[in-house]
Amino acid sequence: MRTVLSILSLVAILASLTAACSAPQPTAASRPPTAAPPRPANPELILATTTSTQDSGLLDVLLPLFQQRTGYQVKPIAVGSGQAMVMGERGEADVLLVHAPDAERKFMADGHGTSRQLVMHNDFIIVGPTADPAMVKGAKTAGQALDKIAESRSLFLSRGDNSGTNQLELKLWKALGANPKGQPWYQETGQGMGATLNVASEKDGYTITDRATYLANKKYLTLGILVEGDKALLNVYHVIQVNPQKSVSINAAGARAFADFLVAPETQKIIGQFGADKLGSPLFFPDAGKEDEEVGG
Amino acid sequence: MDLIVDGFRQAIALMLGLDRELLRVTWLSLQVSGSATFLSLLIGIPLGTFLALNRFPGRRLVISLVNTGMGLPPVVVGLFVTIMLWRNGPLGLLHLLYTPMAMVIAQCVIAAPIVTGLTLAAMQSLNPHLRLQLLALGASRWQMLWLLVQEARLPLLAAVMAGFGGVISEIGASMMVGGNILGQTRVLTTATVMETSKGNFALAIALSIVLLLLVYAINLVLTHIQQQGRVP
Repeated sequence: MRTVLSILSLVAILASLTAACSAPQPTAASRPPTAAPPRPANPELILATTTSTQDSGLLDVLLPLFQQRTGYQVKPIAVGSGQAMVMGERGEADVLLVHAPDAERKFMADGHGTSRQLVMHNDFIIVGPTADPAMVKGAKTAGQALDKIAESRSLFLSRGDNSGTNQLELKLWKALGANPKGQPWYQETGQGMGATLNVASEKDGYTITDRATYLANKKYLTLGILVEGDKALLNVYHVIQVNPQKSVSINAAGARAFADFLVAPETQKIIGQFGADKLGSPLFFPDAGKEDEEVGG
Repeated sequence: MDLIVDGFRQAIALMLGLDRELLRVTWLSLQVSGSATFLSLLIGIPLGTFLALNRFPGRRLVISLVNTGMGLPPVVVGLFVTIMLWRNGPLGLLHLLYTPMAMVIAQCVIAAPIVTGLTLAAMQSLNPHLRLQLLALGASRWQMLWLLVQEARLPLLAAVMAGFGGVISEIGASMMVGGNILGQTRVLTTATVMETSKGNFALAIALSIVLLLLVYAINLVLTHIQQQGRVP
């Protein structure tokens, strides 16, 4: 009898868990505001973005604000820029926030997006072992640095995951006319920036990283900043609204609202101040309204 | 080493302080994996029992498929479920992608073969004469089945624990079909991976400790039920 009771109570607990699970989940960020929040016709918005925007924590600040103001429930899916754009092509996302300018231009040219707006930028840096066997430190351009690394066949870690960072890195190699893929000193982790930095640190290798992730991980790394400031290392973010003709489920109104929100002066101010208190310098520089050429995008 | 000590300290601080985010993430982990295990029991135990006690053409093939299913890589399940639930996919109109329900479905697909396979083995390991004896003593079909389940309680509860253990700790499928969205689909495992990639190792260790404690607590209860009344 005791067995039956135990089993029945366990079943009851599990059944109640199932019931609770099918009830609509309240979102973390929406606090009940004093006035009734706006309720758009289709409140669900899928934002495909990059791991760097998520890892920096910027979305955790911006999204609750957006949700509170407009009533849209954003589902941020943080994957690499490559995957984000494929999701856009397939109509599986409503709006993209990515940083792979060449791929983005192709995306727009192929008619997958209706609008592409500049939002912000930060920069990439080349980091490596403090001993710097390839003598990269102080190089004026990223191209020069990579050239030295290739010539000395020093260990270089690539993300190799078709992310925005990876695409920029490959672009730099291509500009040199180099093709390091397959060489023993060129290793691809296939992972995110944090993981790649750890591998580089452990193996005393060079890599290209965005400044924010480097600063966030700095205390665990043995890598130092070797090259920075080259215009080719600018990391530019755009917000792209996916073409609603892809699929009937595309939330075009929501995408437009989100894009408008990101370029709005108030939001731009928040972006410009984000991270300054924790890491000393702001993590992103707001750029809405500027021409792409001004920021190298 | 100091990282682990740091992690422990942070874990204790978060738990004692009843950190809201930690509570939410833990509760969601429990809900999703608990529901998935429950559903997989509803499928797995009857199916496993049926396969054990009945003979039909192709039975060996079905059993080998079930056994293969026990080793199904969770990330493969995640990929297939995602493709099914995409907006433009066959089940897209259900709008389940990036919701806890999608995670429950994926985890159920992972756990069901485990529960089925282990139930099958458990029921097959019973003395075959027991079934006939029960029927001979006048038991109805359902009474017989219930008594057999009671008799195989030890390995059956091991099946429950294996099913639950398999899904509470999996990341690949949960990440893909859930999206690790703050406040909606973030669970302990996906949060741990994210914090690791952000470089917050101490927090990642803290989350791992909470997950281990959670799994231990559940298994403590299940083990107690399993071992009830046994002397050795």
